[in-house]
Amino acid sequence: MISDPDVVGLLYLVTIACFVIALKFLSSPKYARKGNWVGGAGMLVAIGTTLLIEGIGNWALIVVGGLIGAVVGVVGARNVRMTAMPQMVAIFNGVGGGAAALVALAEWHNEVGPAWDSTTSIVLSALIGSISFAGSIIAFAKLQELLSGRPIVFPGQNIVNILVLLAAAGLGIAAIAGLHEQWVLWALVAFALLFGVMFVLPIGGADMPVVISLLNAFTGIAASATGFVLDSTVLIVSGMLVGAAGTLLTLLMAKAMNRSIANVLFGAFGQVQTGAGTARADDGRTVRATTAEDVAVQLSFARKVIVVPGYGMAVAQAQHDVRQLADILESRGVDVRYAIHPVAGRMPGHMNVLLAEANVPYTQLSEMDEINPEFAQTDVALVIGANDVTNPAARSDAGSPIYGMPILDVDKAASIIVLKRSMNPGFAGIDNELYLDPKTTMLFGDAKESILKLISAVKST
Amino acid sequence: MTSLPLVIELTILVLAAFLGFEVISKVPAMLHTPLMSGANFIHGIVIVGAIIVLGGADDTFTKIVGFVAMVLATANVVGGWFVTDRMLGMFKRRPEPKKDERS
Repeated sequence: MISDPDVVGLLYLVTIACFVIALKFLSSPKYARKGNWVGGAGMLVAIGTTLLIEGIGNWALIVVGGLIGAVVGVVGARNVRMTAMPQMVAIFNGVGGGAAALVALAEWHNEVGPAWDSTTSIVLSALIGSISFAGSIIAFAKLQELLSGRPIVFPGQNIVNILVLLAAAGLGIAAIAGLHEQWVLWALVAFALLFGVMFVLPIGGADMPVVISLLNAFTGIAASATGFVLDSTVLIVSGMLVGAAGTLLTLLMAKAMNRSIANVLFGAFGQVQTGAGTARADDGRTVRATTAEDVAVQLSFARKVIVVPGYGMAVAQAQHDVRQLADILESRGVDVRYAIHPVAGRMPGHMNVLLAEANVPYTQLSEMDEINPEFAQTDVALVIGANDVTNPAARSDAGSPIYGMPILDVDKAASIIVLKRSMNPGFAGIDNELYLDPKTTMLFGDAKESILKLISAVKST
Repeated sequence: MTSLPLVIELTILVLAAFLGFEVISKVPAMLHTPLMSGANFIHGIVIVGAIIVLGGADDTFTKIVGFVAMVLATANVVGGWFVTDRMLGMFKRRPEPKKDERS
């Protein structure tokens, strides 16, 4: 048993150092995995220390709860597909936030007339933790397609949302002002949960990278607030590190879409359902369809091919086949690279993980700024299930909803081949100028089937 | 638990925020998904709070709340760590020597 608080504090300091090292090691894919081990060791130190603090009892409950959680965690982590990573991260955000809110509820129950500062921490922990929990569940449901990925909207939505949040905040202020009744915090949690649900509902699928990052930040901040409740430095610091990570990613994602965070959260972007897209522009340019054989010839005789993957590739689970196609092309001397847009997919870095899963070496993956100048020297740009991130309207058409968004300069390539299911417009509900480009040809069909056809056609070329 | 003055705790919080921004801004976009799941793992530190609450619970209400918090926090810690490890194991410089015949 550890009875000296200084010893506890020092051991927690070891944990903090481990976490910072773990994040530091993430700056290179070479050391990142080792860093995760360091972080894991730090976590074990924190758990071990806490268990040994004098006065900790209820061992049976702790062990059983821990075992259930561990089994759920391991099974989930082992079986999740890389395409489902965004859901997984959303659900872990949720459980973390939920745990923080529950700790706050327990403290509220047990502290008799807590001081204003401790009440403030309890209120923040319960409020942010609950929003994160409910919001993450909705984000999960949308990503898992239990709910429609399209924004769910109704008139006056933003006003209703603000009123719900104000109700929660008002209860929090009442609690801080000294209204120490059990129901106050319960009501606060109820409103916070409702707000969490309501604020994610109107956000569409392609905006999920921003939302998941934001919920990540929320959970970190909730954990940090819990640290104030329990006077625990390890919680304050670790929670804030996550808060910083989430905030930074939120800003990066919003920047990559050229939209403010407020616009993402309250804009209900992409709700315009235009149905089938146009295959013909007003000036008579049309979309040209092509065949796998034709594309195979182009690819086989190219010097340089840049693959532009998007969410469509993830949906079709085509990443392994894409890698195989790239392997064959490389064995014939074609230089194959991958261009990754920051918001391709449903979470930050989603495409990189999918391609890494398919054994694409990370040295072949290029970020937008790095690869954009190379399109001009590229023979074929192969766009697989990506849409809005390649739309030249973002550069040229000031009236376009995505105007100003940084895009991959796919249209600079000598030839562009777009693998697409149908002519339906992308998430933003707008037509892609790229498809009408005379250099562009379209290969329609499921991404995976198209790639498989390409593989066999390339083999026989 | 040591009870630190609020001002000291706030100082630690703000410094941690700056440290977090500094360290995380160095993470390449390629590793942003592992960063998120790694951050997921780190906020699992709320398990410390769950243990303190459950370990000190005297009444049924606190026991139930603490127990649920314990389950959620452990799932967060364990799942977050494993999935991050699994993902980072996939990032390789060059493809592994091909064991299976591909063409």
